[in-house]
Amino acid sequence: MIVPPVYGMVLAAILFVIGLAGLMIRRNMVFVVISVEVMLNAGGLGFISAGSRWGQAEGQAVFLFLLAVAATEAAIGLALVLWLHRRHKSVDSDSARQMRG
Amino acid sequence: MIVAFVIAGILSIVSTLLAVSRYSAVHALLYLIGSLLALAVAFYTLGAPYAAVLEIMVYAGAIVVLLLFVVMIMNLGNRRREEERALLKPSVWIGPSIVVLLVAVELLVIIVRGLAPATKGSYIPALAVNAVVFGPYIIGVELVSFLLLAGVVSAFHLGRRRKESIKQGVAQDDEQRRREAVK
Repeated sequence: MIVPPVYGMVLAAILFVIGLAGLMIRRNMVFVVISVEVMLNAGGLGFISAGSRWGQAEGQAVFLFLLAVAATEAAIGLALVLWLHRRHKSVDSDSARQMRG
Repeated sequence: MIVAFVIAGILSIVSTLLAVSRYSAVHALLYLIGSLLALAVAFYTLGAPYAAVLEIMVYAGAIVVLLLFVVMIMNLGNRRREEERALLKPSVWIGPSIVVLLVAVELLVIIVRGLAPATKGSYIPALAVNAVVFGPYIIGVELVSFLLLAGVVSAFHLGRRRKESIKQGVAQDDEQRRREAVK
């Protein structure tokens, strides 16, 4: 027996909100990247629940594309973290306030 | 199945909460792996085995390990943990948490009201998913390949070391070593 999709949507909403809270609270860039990953993942769970609701494969197809977006986001986010660490000796996102050069 | 989903969901919520609230980045990433594995179980019980497998392989296996590597490269020690503790005071997180709780309540009300009347999920095998991805959505696959290429190029550009910064880094390392020798 398959779980009703409403449960999946509720879990997706809760996880998305936790990711949003992390994004707003943390100033360490590593945790910002982690929070964005959590939010993307929650979005994927929403798509899968909706796909299960309508019995369509499109939900999981969009999840595949979302996976690629998350991978790209992680790669660029981490390159930015390393850049910040090398340039300012800190991973505090406020240390890059003036984006000059 | 519903019991499995509820257990996986609670595990995933708890470990995600721990992941965004730890002081140490390595601990946070380990909790994030736990959360992703629990979420894979949730995907399976929702009738999406293909997504569950990809969740474990790509998210837990590739993306989080990449994050772990970077955290290990930066070698954030105990001093950073103290800084993190100073940054994460209650006065900092209470405001955003209240706002976000309101958003959560709103989302849950919308979802439960909109979808509640007896819907039942369906099992979607990997074959159906791939038939869709490589059939009508083939243009999306091509666009994703462009996206990944753009990601590689920009990550390389950001991660590149210019000659001056290398010299500067070496000079700083030398200075640090000298100071330690003096001590």
